[in-house]
Amino acid sequence: MNQVPYDRVKIARDSSRPTGVDYIKNIFKGFIELHGDRRFSDDPAIVGGLAVLNGIPATVIAIEKGHTAKERAARNFGAPGPEGYRKALRLMKQAEKFGRPIICFVDTSGANCGIGAEERGQGQAIAENLMEMTTLCVPIISILIGEGGSGGALALAVADRVWMLQNAVYSVISPEGCASILWKDSAKAETAAASLKLTAEDAKSFGVIEKIISENDIGTVDFYDRIRALLLEEIAELSVDPDLINKRYDRFRRIGVDAIKHQAEVL
Amino acid sequence: MALLNFLKPKNQLEEGGRTAAPVQQDAGEPEKKCPNCHKDIPISRLAANNLVCSCGYHFRMKARQRLHMIADKGTFCELYADMKSGNPLDFSGYSEKLESVRKISDEEEAVICGIAKIGKQKCCIFVMESTFMMGSMGSVVGEKITLLFEYATEHHLPVVGFTVSGGARMQEGLLSLMQMAKTSAAVKRHSDAGLLYIAMLTDPTTGGVTASFAMEADIILAEPSATIGFAGARVIEQTTKKALPKGFQTSEFVMEHGFIDGIYHRNNQKKLLTILLRMHNGGKGNESSTL
Ligand SMILES: [Zn+2]
Repeated sequence: MNQVPYDRVKIARDSSRPTGVDYIKNIFKGFIELHGDRRFSDDPAIVGGLAVLNGIPATVIAIEKGHTAKERAARNFGAPGPEGYRKALRLMKQAEKFGRPIICFVDTSGANCGIGAEERGQGQAIAENLMEMTTLCVPIISILIGEGGSGGALALAVADRVWMLQNAVYSVISPEGCASILWKDSAKAETAAASLKLTAEDAKSFGVIEKIISENDIGTVDFYDRIRALLLEEIAELSVDPDLINKRYDRFRRIGVDAIKHQAEVL
Repeated sequence: MALLNFLKPKNQLEEGGRTAAPVQQDAGEPEKKCPNCHKDIPISRLAANNLVCSCGYHFRMKARQRLHMIADKGTFCELYADMKSGNPLDFSGYSEKLESVRKISDEEEAVICGIAKIGKQKCCIFVMESTFMMGSMGSVVGEKITLLFEYATEHHLPVVGFTVSGGARMQEGLLSLMQMAKTSAAVKRHSDAGLLYIAMLTDPTTGGVTASFAMEADIILAEPSATIGFAGARVIEQTTKKALPKGFQTSEFVMEHGFIDGIYHRNNQKKLLTILLRMHNGGKGNESSTL
């Protein structure tokens, strides 16, 4: 089968794929959900709380899309509003206070696009997460499990390690959105998907992610065991790194530098 | 409150119009139609009033003009001017687009960075350029903003920034998206060093720039009636199939909802920035300051 990038987008969006909560339940033990942003409400699109990873208490945060039509509607289709990002930040700061690692599962077509979200500062909420996450002094690992849609995904992915499932996608804009802006034709999404370089391999080549997780056994016990083992190994390493914050800074600092030409070279 | 007198919108054009004899209009002088009051305004009169119509409408301003308006005469020293965008994704049509907008905008990229004095106080300054792909943020914009904040942190200087942006630049894909994290990290280091950052949001400030450095300042200000938001209004309308409230995503709307500190007429911005910098000891943070 000859896959084009847009096929990956379709796979990433498939409602039968494991969702955030599936990962939490199968990788961790004893999940206790903690609700609410303490400011306005509890966003159903983001699930967060405490869980145990082979004896280690951790803070886990997942964007949840739901599987059935009913679940998806109840989860706002996995499009978090400002409340969701503020809840996530609250839980991350709590993790920092108690010295717990943070693991995020990211799966969203984008942050909630609505009147209420704008009224309550969607842009400000994302900005605050980006800024605060850069200096949280505990390990952060983010795994993109489906769609990594723009700032709404990045707001949970300013991490020490970012991994992607083999068929997950990560993009600055949806292929449909890109096609409709550039070519006034959302039907050209396939072309846009190819142009945007949104596959896991692309993200790795840009240095945006460290690891691609194979999906051959997705949803099986082996699959979740494998991810648990990867997390344990990485957390053990990150937890003793005295230079964690500086390395996180440098991780993002270098991205895009190679894309820049200096006048002298151009001439 | 003599100190705050200047905060009342002062419109040079309006004052001139009230006291002076009717201006003899040269028939040949080019005019611009104001989209707010629909009057035709001679370009020279607009230019004399920082491109603000007598009705209060703020026309968009080029970054160099803004620098001229804000920085003390002869103090601006540009940094990182030699950086140009490549086409890292080989995105179809992007190289040609860059070539054409370089000509249209007369700039190499969508942000100008440098050091200047405002009211005799040294600061780092960035001004975004709307005519360069609507101020979109790609690798060069992200790198220049980041370098500026790093420079400011190293030299204990405040940062004053004027934003105008449609958001992240699609044609650089994920690299553009990551600039949001990169600039935010640099702003955080600057902030943690106890240094002042003032952002002035101008029309339009949206998308990935709103969701990063525009909303991360200690003091966030805006020009009147600028569009400020995250998602595009048309997209929201299509997604929600609801009519948008009146004045949705304007400076006034964003202030009413608590996300900016104030709205300032262009003619008052330099005075305000001068006072704010002075009240923060030139933006240098902790040392005691005397006014
Ligand atoms: Zn007017």
